Amino acid sequence: MREGAPDPELYEYHPYTSRPKITWPGGKTCAVWVAPNLEYYEIDPPIHPKRSPWPHPAPSVVGYSHRDHSNRVSHWRMAEVMSRHGFPGSVSLSVALCQHHPEVVADANARGWEFFSHGIYNTRYSYDITEAQERAIIEDSIRTVEDATGQRIRGWLAPALTHTPRTLDLIAEYGMDYTCDLYHDDQVQDVKVNPKGGGGQLASIPYSLEVNDHYGFFVYNMSGREYADTLVRQYERLAAEGENSGTVMCIPLHAYLIGQPHRIGPFEEALEHIAKDGRAWIARAGEIVDSWRAQQ
Amino acid sequence: MSTLPDSYTQYPNRREGYDHGLYEWSNIHNRKPIKWPGEKPIAVWLCVSLEWFPITPSGPFKAPGHMVTPYPDYRHYTSRDYGNRVGVWRMLDAFADAGVKASFAANAAIAERYPELIEAIQSAGHEIIAHSTDMNGTIDATLGEETERALVADAMHRMEAATGVRPKGWLSIARQQSFHTLDILKDEGLTYCCDWVNDELPYRFNNGLIDLPLNHELSDRTIITVQQKSADSWLESMHDAADWLTKEAAGAGSGRMLPIHLTPYIMGLPYRIGALEALLSNFAKRDEVWFARGDEIVAAWEDQE
Repeated sequence: MREGAPDPELYEYHPYTSRPKITWPGGKTCAVWVAPNLEYYEIDPPIHPKRSPWPHPAPSVVGYSHRDHSNRVSHWRMAEVMSRHGFPGSVSLSVALCQHHPEVVADANARGWEFFSHGIYNTRYSYDITEAQERAIIEDSIRTVEDATGQRIRGWLAPALTHTPRTLDLIAEYGMDYTCDLYHDDQVQDVKVNPKGGGGQLASIPYSLEVNDHYGFFVYNMSGREYADTLVRQYERLAAEGENSGTVMCIPLHAYLIGQPHRIGPFEEALEHIAKDGRAWIARAGEIVDSWRAQQ
Repeated sequence: MSTLPDSYTQYPNRREGYDHGLYEWSNIHNRKPIKWPGEKPIAVWLCVSLEWFPITPSGPFKAPGHMVTPYPDYRHYTSRDYGNRVGVWRMLDAFADAGVKASFAANAAIAERYPELIEAIQSAGHEIIAHSTDMNGTIDATLGEETERALVADAMHRMEAATGVRPKGWLSIARQQSFHTLDILKDEGLTYCCDWVNDELPYRFNNGLIDLPLNHELSDRTIITVQQKSADSWLESMHDAADWLTKEAAGAGSGRMLPIHLTPYIMGLPYRIGALEALLSNFAKRDEVWFARGDEIVAAWEDQE
């Protein structure tokens, strides 16, 4: 990015309705990927001057234990529903989960899910870290996920969505193919990067805040059924528009939210709808980026 | 230049298991199956909070529902106390009509101030859970161990003096604790607390106390007050939860639990109470439901631990 400038110059402007046509495998119109956030929040992390991790002094019991619900109860509930309808996950991973609860990571890996980094912990914020610290986090992510799963991470979602002006250049330099941090489009787009040593390409794959379950339940205050209906509407529109040029729909999830007993049933119905529709290319993030890149 | 020390990117508690020693990790889907009495798939635990908000707020943090306007906040003082004067009586009638027993998490001040209410709760066979002194009795790490110890002891002593019974269960205000709370509760002779919402069955902390998770996501406060849904939407969510848990229990061959946390000044209003009555009447007809008090669920779990 262009640091300090009003326009960070992250990408070129391309009007939605006049782009070269993207086609997805099998003539599908909308690439659908599910992004479970498999996270670890620390109970008593060091405090960052720009952001407080918890509403109460440690232990912030509801905040911490709500998220811990993912790793004791709701991960498997969510994962089973996804597997039942043929949706692999592309995991936004707090990589320290590989140490704390390897059973959760192993379950996701065994289901054929892809992993990308969501930082070490979701309670460590990237603002103001040095380049050396940021490189250490990236290298730690690559090494930790490779040791735990055998997979080389290809993407990045900044921990707690906290960035530095150099993050995108750095992840491109380390060979990553996509970022999930930019919300400017419903199609894969190129990101302008200037990695050290030159070269490097980075794609922005549509993630979503708008249909993220956290926004659904605690920003837009939806019930489980309203959220499921939102996913279906989002999908229907993107699948229709994808006739012109392939679109992307992401369903970003947190097991401790979507895997609550009053929400998981309606969510399963939404997945079933999308799986049965016939226009969805149900894929992992890396496959979507590869297919798009091959058409550039 | 970083404004952050090197320690900000060091992780001394990065290890297998938790970054604390309060309890051990466990996957609910891999545990020994639990059987509820009568082989019922789901234990439905009704838990009603009885809260008295002094019009003079104090304590380490302001309890949810506490005073809002400059003193004197008649608006919130009275609309909270409405629950204790009117709303909870509607709930007691609804429980009696459905023939079910519930837990009442009560401030000690409620027991002292409203003996008629306590008498009605006890004579109907409901359980009383300790819920601090009054709604100024919040706990967090800033309170200090000795002050917290005195607060819990005071709440327990006053509750026992007013009701003749020493509660087995404890619910912290806003479920908020300090790192000392679990030990203090154990030392006060409590069997369980309801504060940690990380599980859907009871489990034991490393100090021997039990957690009976009172899911805040399924509470009337979260659904109606925080998320601003209607009582009908709450009802729909409770049905969806019961349907899912019944199915999951059958698949797992293990009991599941549905905690329903109610607040008299929220669900006890004239235009909302019908949703609770509809839920109770539906659940009372379902063969899969075991309505149980918190202490009964804990006892059933302990028998099979």
